[in-house]
Amino acid sequence: MARSDKGKPATPDSPLCILTVIGKDCVGIIAKVSSVMAKANINIIDVSQKIMDQYFVMTMGCDISKTTASMKEIQAKLDRLATALGLQITFQNERIFKMMHRI
Amino acid sequence: MTISVEEVFETVNMTLRHNFDIRTVTLGINLKDCMDRNLGAFCRRIRKRIVEKGQQLNRMADQVEDQYGIPITNRRIAVTPVSLLMEPLPQRESTAVRIARELDAAAGKAKIDFIGGFGAMVQKGITRSDRTLMEAIPAALSATNRLCGFLNLASTAAGLNMTAIAEFGGLLKLLARRTKNGIGCAKIAVFANVPEDNPFMAGAHHGIGEPDFSLNVGISGPGVVRSVIDQNPECDLTELSEIIKRTVFKITRAGELIGREMARLMRVDFGIVDISLAATPNAGDSVADIVESMGVSRMGRPGSTAALALLIDAVKKGGSMASGNVGGLSGTFIPVSEDAGMIRAVRSGSLNVEKLEALTSVCSVGMDMFAVPGDTPADVLSAIIADELAIGVANHKTTSVRVIPVPGKKAGQIVHFGGLLGSAPIMKMARHAAPKFIARKGRIPSPIQALRN
Repeated sequence: MARSDKGKPATPDSPLCILTVIGKDCVGIIAKVSSVMAKANINIIDVSQKIMDQYFVMTMGCDISKTTASMKEIQAKLDRLATALGLQITFQNERIFKMMHRI
Repeated sequence: MTISVEEVFETVNMTLRHNFDIRTVTLGINLKDCMDRNLGAFCRRIRKRIVEKGQQLNRMADQVEDQYGIPITNRRIAVTPVSLLMEPLPQRESTAVRIARELDAAAGKAKIDFIGGFGAMVQKGITRSDRTLMEAIPAALSATNRLCGFLNLASTAAGLNMTAIAEFGGLLKLLARRTKNGIGCAKIAVFANVPEDNPFMAGAHHGIGEPDFSLNVGISGPGVVRSVIDQNPECDLTELSEIIKRTVFKITRAGELIGREMARLMRVDFGIVDISLAATPNAGDSVADIVESMGVSRMGRPGSTAALALLIDAVKKGGSMASGNVGGLSGTFIPVSEDAGMIRAVRSGSLNVEKLEALTSVCSVGMDMFAVPGDTPADVLSAIIADELAIGVANHKTTSVRVIPVPGKKAGQIVHFGGLLGSAPIMKMARHAAPKFIARKGRIPSPIQALRN
C-alpha cells in the first residue's frame, strides 16, 4: 500500500473500529458519545451494552471510512469526554479483536 | 457485529487492568555493508542508517499504537554483532569505544531507549576483533547509556569457551567499578545458545543469518495470565494449563498483528514474536506472582520449579498455536530486580542463587538481573557463569547470566537501579568456588548431545 510515512489516515485496511465504554452507568452516555462520532463523520453501525463484573460495558461498532479525523484526534476527543463523565473509553481498530477471538 | 461485548470487554480489560502491552518492537538492522577500513566513514554510515530507521520505527509504533489501542512500551534497535563490524578496523580499545559512542548517540537522536549488538560470538574461539571488543566492554558500556552488549560464550555445538568465561569474570568487575552501583553490568548478558532474533535487551542483536532488516516483537502479559489463574482458584492443574494456553493464544495473536502491521508499514521483513512472559517492577506484572497464584506459598520454595515448568509449557503451546513465527527467547524471564515477587522471595529467604539456577534448568532463560556483593571474586563470577551456561549447552537451550557485583555492598542490602531495572536485594554468594578449574581455561568440548547427524 503506497503512502508516505507522515500521513496518518485512520483507515489502514479495515474501516471498522470498536468503541468501548466501561464504568458507571449514567444518563446521556450514548448521546454524548454519538455526538463526538457524528462530528467526526463516523457512522455508528451497532450498539450493545451489558453489565459485567459490576461494570457497565457498552460497545459501538463504528464505520470510519468517511471520517476526516485521525485516530489520534478521535481518541483525544473521547479522552476528554471520558474524563468529564468519569468513564473509560477506548477506540480501537476491530482487527485486534478479530485476531484475538477468531481463528 | 461479529465480536461480542464479552470478548471486547476481555481484550480491553487486558490493557486497562492487567498491564498487557507489546513490551518491545525491535528492529534488527544489518550493518555489514557499512564496514570500512576507515573508522570515520564507517561511523558516518551506521549513524545515518540508525537515526533514519530509528525515527521511522518510533513514528510507525505511535501510529500502530493509536490504531489498535495496545501500548507499545519500548522501541528498540538491534544491530549486527559489533566485533564482526570491527574486523577491518584498527584493533584498539579506542576503536571499539568510538563505535559504542556512535551507536549510543544515534539511538539517542532517534529517541530509541536501548540499542543492542555490542557483542561477539566467541563460543568456540576468539578473533583479534572479538578480543578488542571484549577488552573494551568496561570502557564502552561505562561511557554510554543506551548501548547493550552480549557475548555468546557457549553453545551445544561448540561447547563452553572457558578461556572467554574466565576473562569475563574480571571484565565484569572492572565494569562494575566504573559505573554507579555497578549498573553498567545490567547492560551486558552472556549466553549459551544465544538466539539471533531475540527482541529483548540486553541480549538483542541482529544475527548473521538475518535479512537486511527484521522486525521482531516481544509481548508481555504476566498480569493477564495471573488474572485468569486468580479467577480459577480451584481447578486442577491440567485445566489450569488449558486456561493459560487459551489466554496466551490471545495475547500472542495481538503481538503477531502488531508485528505484521509494523513490518508492513516499515516495508521490512516480519521476524518473530517472542512469547516470553516478561516481568516489570510494576505491581501485578510479576512472574513470581503467577507461580504464587498457582498455589506455591512463596517463589523459590519447593514446588516453584514444577509450577514454572507448567506455566511456560502452557505459554509455548498457546503461543505456537497463535503464531507460526514464535522465536527469540520464548521462555520465562525471572529477572530478580525487575520482578516485585522475585525481590520479595529473595528478601524473605525463600529464593537463593542455587534455586535461581535450578529454575533455569527447566524453563527460565537465565539467571537475570541479580546483584551480588561487590567483593565477590572474579573467578566466582566466572564459575557461576560456567555452571549456568553448562545447563544451556547440555539441554539444547538458551541460558544466560546478567549479574551485577555491586561495589561496596554486602549480602542483604538493597540497591536501587531505577526505572525498568528496578531494585535488587544483594544475594548471598559463595566466597570460594573453583579457582583452579577456572584458571585451567581452554574449552569444555561440546556434549555428546551435539552429535545428532
